[in-house]
Parts: sequence; C-alpha cells; structure tokens
Amino acid sequence: MELLFSLVIGVLSASGIYLLLRGRTFSIIVGLALLSYAVNLFLVSTGGLHTHSAAVIGASAAPADPLPQALVLTAIVIGFAMSAFMVILAIRARAELGNDHVDGKQGEEGSTR
Amino acid sequence: MPLLWIPLLTLVGTLVPLLTASRGRLFCTAATAIVPITALALLLSHLPILLDGGTVSQQLSWIPLLGLDLALRVDGLTLLFGLLILGIGSLIIIYAGYYLSSSENDGRFFSYMMLFMTAMLGIVMADNLLLLWLFWELTSVASFLLIGFWGHRSDARRGARMALTVTGAGGLALLAGILLIGHEVGSFALPDVLAAGDQLRQASTYPVIMALVLLGAFTKSAQFPFHFWLPHAMAAPTPVSAYLHSSTMVKAGIFLLARLHPALGDTSLWSISLTLAGLATLVYGAWFALLERDLKGILAFSTVSHLGLVVLLLGLNTPLAIVAALFHILNHALFKATLFMSAGIIDHETGTRDIRRLGALWSLMPITGTLTLMAGAAMAGLPPFNGFLSKEMLLTKALATDLFGGLGSVIPLLVLVGATLSVAYSLRLVYCVFFSPNDNPPEAAHTPHDPPKGMYLPGLMLACLCLLVGLFPMTLAAPLIRTASIAVQGDNAPLFVFALWHGINLPLLMSLFAILGGITLLWRHKNISSLASLLPAPNAPALFEKAVTRLIKASLWITLRLENGSLQRYQALLLLSALGMTALGLSQLETLSGNVAMQPIDGLTLLGASVMMIGAIGSALAHRWRLVSLLMLSMVGLTVSLTFIRFSAPDLAMTQLSVEVASMILLILALFFLPQRPPRWVSSRRIVRDVLLAGSLGLVIAGLNYALLTREVLSISDYFLSNSVPGGGGTNVVNVILVDFRGFDTLGEITVLTLAGLATYKLLNRLRLFKPSGNIEGIRWSRHRYPMILEVVAQIILPLALLVSVYIFLRGHNQPGGGFIAGLITAIALLLQYIARGYEWTSSRLPLSYPVISVIGLVIAVLTGLGSWLFGYPFLTSSFGYFNIPLVGKTELATALLFDLGVYLAVVGATLMILVNLGSVTTAHRPTLKTTEQTASKEGNK
Repeated sequence: MELLFSLVIGVLSASGIYLLLRGRTFSIIVGLALLSYAVNLFLVSTGGLHTHSAAVIGASAAPADPLPQALVLTAIVIGFAMSAFMVILAIRARAELGNDHVDGKQGEEGSTR
Repeated sequence: MPLLWIPLLTLVGTLVPLLTASRGRLFCTAATAIVPITALALLLSHLPILLDGGTVSQQLSWIPLLGLDLALRVDGLTLLFGLLILGIGSLIIIYAGYYLSSSENDGRFFSYMMLFMTAMLGIVMADNLLLLWLFWELTSVASFLLIGFWGHRSDARRGARMALTVTGAGGLALLAGILLIGHEVGSFALPDVLAAGDQLRQASTYPVIMALVLLGAFTKSAQFPFHFWLPHAMAAPTPVSAYLHSSTMVKAGIFLLARLHPALGDTSLWSISLTLAGLATLVYGAWFALLERDLKGILAFSTVSHLGLVVLLLGLNTPLAIVAALFHILNHALFKATLFMSAGIIDHETGTRDIRRLGALWSLMPITGTLTLMAGAAMAGLPPFNGFLSKEMLLTKALATDLFGGLGSVIPLLVLVGATLSVAYSLRLVYCVFFSPNDNPPEAAHTPHDPPKGMYLPGLMLACLCLLVGLFPMTLAAPLIRTASIAVQGDNAPLFVFALWHGINLPLLMSLFAILGGITLLWRHKNISSLASLLPAPNAPALFEKAVTRLIKASLWITLRLENGSLQRYQALLLLSALGMTALGLSQLETLSGNVAMQPIDGLTLLGASVMMIGAIGSALAHRWRLVSLLMLSMVGLTVSLTFIRFSAPDLAMTQLSVEVASMILLILALFFLPQRPPRWVSSRRIVRDVLLAGSLGLVIAGLNYALLTREVLSISDYFLSNSVPGGGGTNVVNVILVDFRGFDTLGEITVLTLAGLATYKLLNRLRLFKPSGNIEGIRWSRHRYPMILEVVAQIILPLALLVSVYIFLRGHNQPGGGFIAGLITAIALLLQYIARGYEWTSSRLPLSYPVISVIGLVIAVLTGLGSWLFGYPFLTSSFGYFNIPLVGKTELATALLFDLGVYLAVVGATLMILVNLGSVTTAHRPTLKTTEQTASKEGNK
C-alpha cells in the first residue's frame, strides 16, 4: 500500500512538474493543481496511512493524526484562492500582452530566449 | 560608571551635530566637541585601576546563541587608543569647524565623524571578538562615508570605493579567522581567547587562522601590498585624513595585532610574517614619500612607512620591541595628526598642495611654520622630539634581533635605509613649503597668512606634546605605555626607561648617519627623481581597477548565463537545484525502505491509484488540448478526495470535493478567456530535458514519501487528541485545531483568502477582452445561453444546499465539517444560480456585496479573538459551555463556533468574489474602479 501511495505521489508530481515547465500559462495552472494534489497527499501521509480511524474522539480507538489534516485543509482552501488569483493574472497578462506565453513574448516554445 | 556609557555617548553624539547644525557653525562644533571630551573624562575616571595594571569590564548578554555578547573592557591598551581616539578626535573636530567652508554640510560631516569615533571606540573596547568585528566593519563603512564626503568629485568616490573594497574584504577574512578561533577555543569572549594562547598556537588550523587575521590587520593598516588604498583615501577632507588615516583607523590593524598577541603571537611564523611585511612597508612607503609631490601624498606614504615600522617592531617580538611599538603608535599619532592639520591649513591658505608651487611661506605663516617644523622634526626622528626616542629604540631592537640568523643584519640595514629616507622626506616637506624660493606660486585670492586660532591651536597643542614627550618621556608617556604593555604582554611586560641620551652607541651613530644621509638625499633630490623615473613604477590602483572591472565582467557573464529573461529557464534551474539538494538528502539514508511493514493493497484502492496516475499523465500529455487536459485533471482531483476518505480524513475529502467543483468552474471560465489551442511546440530536446527533470523529481519525491511511510511516525498530536474535548469542547480534532488550538493561523489564512478575492477587482479592472465568437473549428457558440433543466434544478437545489451547509457548519465542531466546508458548499450553491440564470438575473435577486461579507467574516473572527481579552485571557482563547435550549435540547455553545462563523463568511465572500467577478467580465457589470452600485447606476445612462 505504502509503495503504491508513493508511486501515485511521484507520478502526480512528475506530471505536474512537466506541465510547470511548459511555456503557456494554462498548462502551468493545471500543473500547479496537480502538484498541489501531490503535496497535499504527501502531507496527509506524514501522519501515517490509517483506515477507518477518522480523527474524531470516540469514533475510533486509534484516531489518525489530526495535525497534518488540519494543515492540509487550510492548504486546499488557500491553494484554491491562489490558483484563482493565478488564473485571473494569466487572463490579465493575456489581455495586456496579447499572448499567453509566460515570458510575455509570442515565440517558439523551444527557443531559449 | 558603567563602560557602556562611553560608546553610547559617542553614538548619541552622532545626533548632536544634526540637531545643532542649524544654529551656526560655532555652536555646532562646540556642541559636538563636548561629546568626545565628556567621553574622555569618563574613560579617565578608570585611570587609577588601569595604572595598577588592572582591567575594567562589563558584560551584557546580547545574542548568547551566537556567542555574541555586548562585552566591553578597558585595559591599558584600550586606554592608549582611547586617548588617541577621543583626545585627537576632539581636537580634530574643533579644527574641522574652521576647515570646512561655510557652505558645507557640517552636520552631516560631524555626524559621520562621531559614527566613526563610536566604531573605533567599539574596536578598542570590545571584550568579544564578534563584537570587535562588528565595529571593525563599521569603521570601514564610516571611513567610506567620510572619504566620499565630497561625493561630487570622482577621485573622492573612487578613493572611497577602493578603501571600502580593500578594508571590507580584509574584514571578511578577519571574520573567517575569528570564527575559526571561536571554533578552536569554544568561545568568542576575549578573556577566554587570550587565555587559550597555547591551545591556539598548537592547533592544526593555526597557520590559517593567523593568515586570515593578518589579512584583516594588514589591509586595515595599509601594509604592503595592500597599502595602495591609503594614498587614494587622501581625497577625503583633510580633517578626515588627519583623524582616520594617520592616528586612528589605520592603527586598528596594529591594535588587533597587539590585542591578539597573547593568543596568536610568539611563534616564529607570526614574527617572520610581521617582520617581512613591516620591513617591506617601511622602505616602500618611505621611498614613495620622497618622490611624492602632493603634500598629503607625502604624508600618506609616510604613514604607510611608519605603520610598517610599528608592525616590524611587533614582529621583532621581544618585550622591549613591543614597548617601542606601543610608544611609536602614540608618537606617530601626535606628529602625523599635526602635520595633516598643517597641510590642511596650507591648502586652505594657498589653494594648492603641490609642493613645487609652494615655498617661502615661513615669513607669511610663522605659527603654521613652527608647528610644522616641530612635527616634521619629530617625524624625521630628530632630538629632542618624541620620534627620536622611538626610532632609537627601533634601531637598538633591530640590531639585537636574531630573527633571520645569518641574514639578521639585513634588518638593521633596511631600517637604516628607512630612517634615512624618513629624514629626507620630512626635511623636504618642511623645506619646500616654508623655505625654498617659490617660482610658480598659485594665484590665490589673498596673501597667505596664519589661520584663526581655532584652526592652528589643535595642531600647536599636539606639536608641543611632541616636544614635551621627547623631553619628559618618563613622566608623560612611560606610565601610559607601561599599562598598555602589561595589557599586551601580561607578566612578561618589561621595566624600561625612555631617555634621550644613552651615551655614544651604535644606534646613535646610525641616527647621525640617517640625518646626514637624509640631508644629502634632499640636496641631490633631482638625481633621485630622475633615478626613480627609470625604475618601473608599480601602478597598484590601475591593477586594482582592472581586477575590479574583470570581476564585474565575470559576474555579469554569469548573471547573463543564468538570467536570460526566460521564466521557463529559471523554473528549470530552480527545480534542478531542488532536485540536487533533495537527492543529496535522500542519498544519506542508509536504506530507502524503513522497518515498518507495508499494508496490503485492496482492489478498490488500486483502481483509484490507477485512475489518478492515468489522469495525471493524461493531463500532462494532452496539455495542448486544454479541455481534455482539464477533464483529466478533474478526474485526479475527485479521486484525491476519495483517497482522503480512504485514509481517514473525512474533513479533507469534503473540502477537496467542494474546492474541486469551484476550481473546475474557475478553470473552464479561464479557458474561455485564454487561447483555445496553443501553437505547436518545436524542440524535442526541450521535451526530453523536461521529461527527464520531471521524472527524476517525481522519483525523488516518491522515494522520500516511501522512506517516510515505512518508518515509525513520530507525532506531536497526542496533545491535540487528549486536549480536544476538555480544552476545546469538540470531538472533531481537525476542526478544533483549526478554530481553537491554531486559530491564529486560520485567521491568517482567511485574511489571505479575502485578499486574493479583493485582488481580483484590481486585476479585472478595465480588462481588454479577447472574446472568441466560436470555437477553434469556427463553429459559433450556441445561442441558448441558459438551459432550462439546469435553471429548474439549480433553483430546487439552492434551499437544500443551504440547509446542508448549515448542518455541516453546526456539526463541524464534533463531526467532520466546519466553517471552511460549509462556506464552500454555500458558495457553490449560489454559484450554481449564476451559472444557470446568468449574472444579471441572479445579482438582481441576490443583492449581496461579497467583499463586505468577506470582511464581516474577518471582523467576526478578529472580534471573537479579542473577546477573550475582556476576560483576561490571551488572544483567541476559546470558551464553551452546555446550555439547555428549548426545542433543541442540551446544546454545546462555544466561542469557537463564532470564530468558525467568521471563517464561513470569509470563505463564502472570497470564493464568490473571485468567481462572480470573473464571470461578470463579459457582461456590462465588469469591475471598474468604481464600486458595483455606481457601475449599475452608470449602466442606466448608457
């Protein structure tokens, strides 16, 4: 189970990072979303992988670690606010610059400058 | 009186000139001069203890973790330097009051001077090496400000830069040396370091420590080959040269050598390094002083030479040689400050410092002439002035040394050369300015004459001291030098006698030879100059400039390599370094897999994992087909929320699910505004690089996670689990953490959320729109804007969704739920109305101002926190109780619920602010600088 969990996190991060390295704003937003899924899963897993043991007193004998969960809960909401901010920034950048390339220049994606 | 008052007084003194500058030059000068005089009196109040060889110290803890304490000491060495710093300092301030022209900003000048004085006092009073270093660097900074005081002149700027670079670089070397000392000794406190001399000398790092410390000292004290900054620092106003570059700052390096002598001195490596540097500097400086034509240039090179002399004496390393070094520090400060002051007077009166254009001033300026003559004689080492005494001691010690074995006679010979040159340049200075006929006088506005009393009295006082110390050395200097010597040498401090007459001996004959040789050199000066023009003149400043230019070019090259304007490239570089560092950390694990056994995999989980992986890879592969990519992403997101349920995190699952809905709406909206199909990519090399980078990072992250998961979990959460019910009154620990234990964090988070929402107003304000009228294949958008089924369903769902959100909100403290989740559900329910009916229809029926809701939420949260102050508890302490409410029954009410209400409102407000704003961009209600209400009324006019 642990290996599978790590594998999923690895694949999610790799796909996210690949998208982060693209030159267009939309891909980067999608990439960041993937990466934050991976990060959130990672953070939750720092408390261990538990089954049927929600961190509610009385619901189970050995409740899961609530601290990473509290961290991730706010991270999800903040992550939404930040990606919303980025989306709107990207829209604004496109409106100002006329294209959606991260460098603000419409050029070959593979070119170094 | 605590010692701290002394540097504190001068530090406060930096404000005095600034505050008094508007009340006239005289007042400002007097007010400023009072500060060092008072500080001097404070210092002298410790005199009785010091003369007995005692030490006064004061310890204040500052940053104990770094070993940095505000520890001050006053001992004999401090006293000697303190007298120079404060005594000559106050005289120079009086002198400067007359020197500066009336249009100059004297407040700023004096303020810098006081800053420098504070730094210098800090160096000599520091009882902690780190503290000493801080002040050491402060002198470099203050010196930079002072040399560059006439910042409109390019030579001043260049001189200031050069001085700062050289002394600053030396300061860094010194810091490294000090850190190594601290590492070796285990403390930065000076008493500990001084007591650990034997340990340091035997340490394997001793040569490195010594080299670094010497680098610091030699750059500061202008020892060859780092001397070149000092002549260029002469671009400073003359009082600065007189103070910093003759009597105080350049002596800081020598002070350091004397201070650390018990800890680092007394090895042959130390002696040889100091002797060689000192000898080279002594002769080199004297030779160039003889060739120099600028009055201040002569003095600068002679200072270099005399600093070399002191370093040489410290290097000879016999008890009496160190006494002689300390004595010469005093003597040199006295006569050199005088000479600089008179150079300033001459410059002031005649308008030039070029000695070829000066001459025959004796009859015009008799007082200036007298004091220059006296100080010049002291510099030449003529009896009965103080310079003669210390020079005789140097000659005696140089003859007695056995440092270089068979080559030992080289030292007295070179010293003799230095002494001869010293006589020559001193006489040349006095002769050329005051006695030689002047063929080419500068065109001065008036005939030169003696300056006002305030300008020559300070110099005259020092010149008289030169004579008096020479005549009565045992009364005036010996006690001071004796205590300083005790501070440096401890029990080895010798008894000594300063006397003008030791009978006819070899040193006296050498002195006589030096005087005659000096006169001959002056007589044949033309021949010397032509000889010098044949020798290659080392152009250190040019080399320095070249080195600096090369350095700048190199760093520019590196910068341009790294920073070519492509964000993609920065991203790749950042990720690459992250990869390197994480991989390094991971490689230090013995085994990747820990000792905790793995749990078995069940089919459903495997299915979920596969969906997530396929979705992630799919969305990366399909990133040019943006809608497909987005659908793949949402597939991953929904499965992530299922994963949270699977692994016992129901709160997270609910949050993730509702956020997922909101972000999908957001991203689909974004798709509308962004290009539908990006242009084709090109370089396959780039793709290979990115795949490799992403793949290896993914591997490292997975490895890290696996290593973590297969090891024992060490959690700090037991506290939260056991205190959740008794302390927070809730059984849902996650929610109790959010609204109670870590409520302050949550407050921060909802503030960020609100800010992000408010920022959308600014970003969407007056947006130029690219509004496609159809899709990429040219098919026009459908005209049916609002599907009827959705309209109906949305309307039915709204009350149900609101009910659910209230339920989720209320139970949040004890069951999975809470303000965040309830807020998101409410926001989505309302959003559905906008989607189903359009902006105008909905906003006319929902006259809500989302920024206001969001801010009200924040206010509620803050007020709840502040409420606990009313009852005398810290911010955000929660309270709860159980009440019997009619109809509902026994209910728990907690202040945390109120806080959660704030969270709820902030989330609702911020989410809707973002999405509704973005959605309204295509309508007539797009955000402008005015508020929504005004826009609505304005729209009526259109």
